[in-house]
Amino acid sequence: MLRYTLSRLQSLILSLIVASIVIFATVEIVPGDPASFMLGMNAQPDTIAALREQLGLDVPLWQRYLHWATGLLGGDFGTSYTYRTPIAEMIAERLWISLPLAIYALTLSTLIAFPAGILAATRRGSAADVSVMGFTQLGVAIPNFWFAMLMVLVFAIYLRWFSAGGFPGWENPLLAMKALTLPAVALALPQASILARVMRSALLDTLSEDYVRTARAKGLTRRQTLWRHALRNALIPVLTIIGLQFSFLMAGAIIIENVFFLPGLGRLVFQAISQRDLIVVESVVMLLVFAVIIVNFAVDIAYAIVDPRLRGNR
Amino acid sequence: MRALLTNRNFAIGLLLTCVFVAGALISFLWTPHDTSGVDIANKLKKPLSEGYLLGTDHFGRDILSMIMVGARTSIAVAFVAVGIGIVIGVPLGLAAAASKGSLMDEIIMRSNDLVFAFPSLVIAILITAIFGPSAVNAIIAIGIFNIPVFARLTRGAALSLWQRDYVLSAQVAGKGPARISFEHILPNVTNLLIVQGTIQFSLGILAEAGLSYVGLGAQPPIPSWGRMLAESQTMISFAPHMALLPGLAIVFTVLGLNLMGDGLRDIFDPRIRREKR
Repeated sequence: MLRYTLSRLQSLILSLIVASIVIFATVEIVPGDPASFMLGMNAQPDTIAALREQLGLDVPLWQRYLHWATGLLGGDFGTSYTYRTPIAEMIAERLWISLPLAIYALTLSTLIAFPAGILAATRRGSAADVSVMGFTQLGVAIPNFWFAMLMVLVFAIYLRWFSAGGFPGWENPLLAMKALTLPAVALALPQASILARVMRSALLDTLSEDYVRTARAKGLTRRQTLWRHALRNALIPVLTIIGLQFSFLMAGAIIIENVFFLPGLGRLVFQAISQRDLIVVESVVMLLVFAVIIVNFAVDIAYAIVDPRLRGNR
Repeated sequence: MRALLTNRNFAIGLLLTCVFVAGALISFLWTPHDTSGVDIANKLKKPLSEGYLLGTDHFGRDILSMIMVGARTSIAVAFVAVGIGIVIGVPLGLAAAASKGSLMDEIIMRSNDLVFAFPSLVIAILITAIFGPSAVNAIIAIGIFNIPVFARLTRGAALSLWQRDYVLSAQVAGKGPARISFEHILPNVTNLLIVQGTIQFSLGILAEAGLSYVGLGAQPPIPSWGRMLAESQTMISFAPHMALLPGLAIVFTVLGLNLMGDGLRDIFDPRIRREKR
């Protein structure tokens, strides 16, 4: 297990290094100089040069990369070009909305998908199965931001149960969770649909395995077989999808935050893009990719715990 | 052909898809109203108003016409993005399978993993942050994400085909790996590629809608479903039809493509059809 963990850790570090180089290189080939953009059309060349020096833009590329990358390791993301505040602080502030939102949505989607998938698989071909599959077909076809708009229309405008957007802050956790509820449901809908389908087909696979028949033959009830044998083995593909979905949730949150005017990471990115505050874009993208790579690493390790056979391979 | 039309999923999916493709094609020749002009006198008409089947928006533009022209944008962006994925991804997958275990295989698969670590929207954000928002950049962003999808699928399927007897005999006959890949492997993965292609097509339409909703896709005056939704948002309380109709267009198109993909998979793989999964 240790050897397996170390080998996964090695590829984790390698992907992080390559990803950071790719992101840095992509952003640096941008046409247009941030310093001249910030100072406007009529700036004097020497003012621009001074600002470039102040922003650290006058040193060679590779030095800037090393500076940025070592900074990231220490939690120093650099300073925003427009706001002149440390990016780490800006991100931390926004993360308090985006991260709880992603976790909230992931929890909802798991809570919906597991029972739905199990129901569909155990009653295969029944009316319950057909309607679960029908709903999932619809769930993957509905754009989540449009679903969000419809929910605003129904629950905020017609019924007035929720506010249409904005975030009251965490002083009152209950109000904060309430503000995140519609966005989380919107994010969870497509994820739950995919997850329920994966759960169903994985469970159908394991339910037809010999060990399930053996378990039934030795006298376990249907329910016992399901919980002790079939479900545990079906979890492997389900875990992969949950891991993958986390990255989609973080990215999907960027759009959903716009529907609900939530001041999260997504809003930060769009502001930064329109203000050409590239170092902020660079850092947020790096953070998202970092989160994805870490989650995939965690999924790999979780696999190895669930299924010892996987430790030898790779 | 009969198998195609007796498959219920495929038939419904094909019908839905054809409606929107036809709408997009007809819009090149004719739309009920002009979509470029502003006609304030007729603004915010409800659906089923006289002369305006689906009503009008806040500028008095006919929503049916807008949806038809918007279909053009969605379909074009998604189609080209899938094309990019196939044209680049499939040869990469074939090459990786042909040289299994080599350095090239390793490099191709690792870079695929890397692209997968970037959620497609994040790629799109990076690209638009750098080159500015446009339909072309949306295509590139969605297309890049399609490359590893097709590369992986092709490699996986090709690996098992390389074990087949007919490939062995082709090798004995002196054909090189490139020729075998194109003459013997590729024709046998086409079915898989078509199924995956329909699925990526529908994902592309969703992605394009999302990007143009946040302003990173096609720019005005090119109509697009995502931007119609964005524009409708502030008016949703008194003109809900502006938000409902383009959204329904997206849902039906995506649903149609997905059903078609499911149907095709069943038709191509009789084993699955018998088991009814």
